[in-house]
Amino acid sequence: MESLTNRKKVLEQKPMNFIERLYLPAIVKGMAITFKHMFKKKETIHYPEKTREFSINYRGMHSLKRDEQGRERCTACGLCALSCPAEAISMIAAERKEDEMHLYREEKYAAVYEINMLRCIFCGLCEEACPKEAIYLDGNIVPADYLRRNFIYGKDKLVEPTLT
Amino acid sequence: MSAFLGAFILIINMSIFYLVAFLSIVFSLLVIFSKNPVHSVLYLIITFFTFTVHYILLNAQFLAIVNFIVYMGAIMVLFLFVIMLLNLNRDTEPMHSLVIKIIGIIAGGCLALTLIGALKATLSYKVPVVVTKSDLGLVKNLGKVLFNEFLLPFELSSVLLLSAMVGAILLAKKESNAIN
Amino acid sequence: METAFIIEKFILVTAVFAISLLIAMYSTYAERKVAAFLQDRVGPNRAGPFGLLQPLADGAKMFFKEEIIPAQASKILFIVGPSLAMLTACMGSAVIPWGQDLEIAGKKISLQVTDINVGLLYIFGVVSLGVFGVMIGGWASNNKYSLMGAIRAASQNISYEIAMGLSIIALLMVTGTLSMKEIAAQQSGFHWNIFYQPLGFLIFLICAFAETNRTPFDLPECETELIGGYHTEYSSMKLGFYLFAEYINMFVSSAVMATLYFGGYNFPFMNDLGFSANVITIIGTVGLFIKIICFIFFFMWVRWTIPRFRYDQLMNLGWKVLIPLAIANIVLTGVVLSLT
Repeated sequence: MESLTNRKKVLEQKPMNFIERLYLPAIVKGMAITFKHMFKKKETIHYPEKTREFSINYRGMHSLKRDEQGRERCTACGLCALSCPAEAISMIAAERKEDEMHLYREEKYAAVYEINMLRCIFCGLCEEACPKEAIYLDGNIVPADYLRRNFIYGKDKLVEPTLT
Repeated sequence: MSAFLGAFILIINMSIFYLVAFLSIVFSLLVIFSKNPVHSVLYLIITFFTFTVHYILLNAQFLAIVNFIVYMGAIMVLFLFVIMLLNLNRDTEPMHSLVIKIIGIIAGGCLALTLIGALKATLSYKVPVVVTKSDLGLVKNLGKVLFNEFLLPFELSSVLLLSAMVGAILLAKKESNAIN
Repeated sequence: METAFIIEKFILVTAVFAISLLIAMYSTYAERKVAAFLQDRVGPNRAGPFGLLQPLADGAKMFFKEEIIPAQASKILFIVGPSLAMLTACMGSAVIPWGQDLEIAGKKISLQVTDINVGLLYIFGVVSLGVFGVMIGGWASNNKYSLMGAIRAASQNISYEIAMGLSIIALLMVTGTLSMKEIAAQQSGFHWNIFYQPLGFLIFLICAFAETNRTPFDLPECETELIGGYHTEYSSMKLGFYLFAEYINMFVSSAVMATLYFGGYNFPFMNDLGFSANVITIIGTVGLFIKIICFIFFFMWVRWTIPRFRYDQLMNLGWKVLIPLAIANIVLTGVVLSLT
């Protein structure tokens, strides 16, 4: 059938001549190509010694951020849990006491903050939803484990260590 | 010292001969008596191997190696091939009817008679055969004998083999034509 | 005298056996390393410096794997199969001349285990016997896939043996002898047989690939189509024997090709250097091993370049191309020999 765009190229397959049917020149050519690769730069990164650098917009493990004075930024508003398409985030809010001023920035804070890393799809919507710039997916790859319950990360693993 | 060593080597030679001869008889009996045809073929291969050893003991290196290549390496592989493909075992063995058994006994008896007769004929030679030239079985001598004294039978047998080959190809061809 | 002879041969046999096993062992390492280099990778580099202890680690792994013999398999033949494969692989190196005679304290020491009158045919016989290891192993497994794989492997080996034998016949017409020692000695200096038998060498090379079950002829053990072919049911060191036998076969066939076509222990200008005979012998032996290693590299190089044949292509190449070509080579050699 006539093609509408007329951009179709018909590939003509000529019958092979004698030398082509011997396949020897083609084999020699192929051998030369593979031999050249002996001297090319090796693409391997020696993993445990060297690690590959992530791209700048890579989304890894979550971390709960602190402000300049080392106080937790999270105010347990629940927007991240709401925005999460995989229902991976859950939290319990609590009110800040008088003597906890140096620990939490806002009056309300997350007493428990859990992310199920098996549910998380690392989409980054929690990061975008957060009004307090408290959660970022700037960590490494989530490490493997033998037990499912170990993949529920609590505040012990998520909150950024204090600067001091 | 060297006379003693020579005698020692002779004794070793003789004992190797008797050992191998015993083995070849045992294995050829096993060929007949084993129930599984594949085992039969494998025993036959070992039997041929003992024959190769016999040839080597006679210093007939060329015959030994040709026996090794042609019988062990080629013909027996084809035997094994066919028997493995047919997957013969005890269940598929054909019925042993009385007629077949009688025919087998008669044929075996005829063979035994012929063999005994041939053995008797050789027994009438009182002088044992002595190999005068020890390098009789080497390639050069064998080739000279084959291409001078026995040229006609040699060539005739090669023509026979060639015609058999052509015939086999013809048989194979005909079948494929019939399918088409 | 006799005891000295026996001791000398015993040492030589042990040395040849040890060297062939060592080279085969490091061929497994080299295979992975060459494969890696041809694909811009690094290859095994964890066990020891540059991964040099990798073959030992692989061997240890093989020994510690669970040994499984299928319940319905015939037990004796199941063990005989890999043993036979290993035995026939090792037997071939007996007739290869590893160098000229060494002279130590006025005594000539031959660097060939045995110079039998029909050395070339002996190698051919050992090669043809190699089929049995595969066939017995495949049948004894009592598995349809194994049997199919075994039959496939055997028919490939038989088909290429014929072309191999015919290419050897053309070589015999040039050399006029079946003894490996004399064939090697005739190629003294640079009179290598490759210059007189280029076509014969090409046929022999292709057949050597097929006989050792290397790519592009590795259908007998192709994992993708026959789940391992004849050694599907094998595990542990019995599988190791089958795999290792392939590498020994590769070493022996490289040695045979180097001896038959590439001058063996001879190297150019060997008689004009003015060294003593012993030094030349040692250089020649080293040269032979360099040639062998080059061939082994070639085997691996081809493996990572040329894809596997389809089965009908394999049979077409064997029966319709190589055998007529080998016969034509015999006729050509005969014509040239009668003219000169």
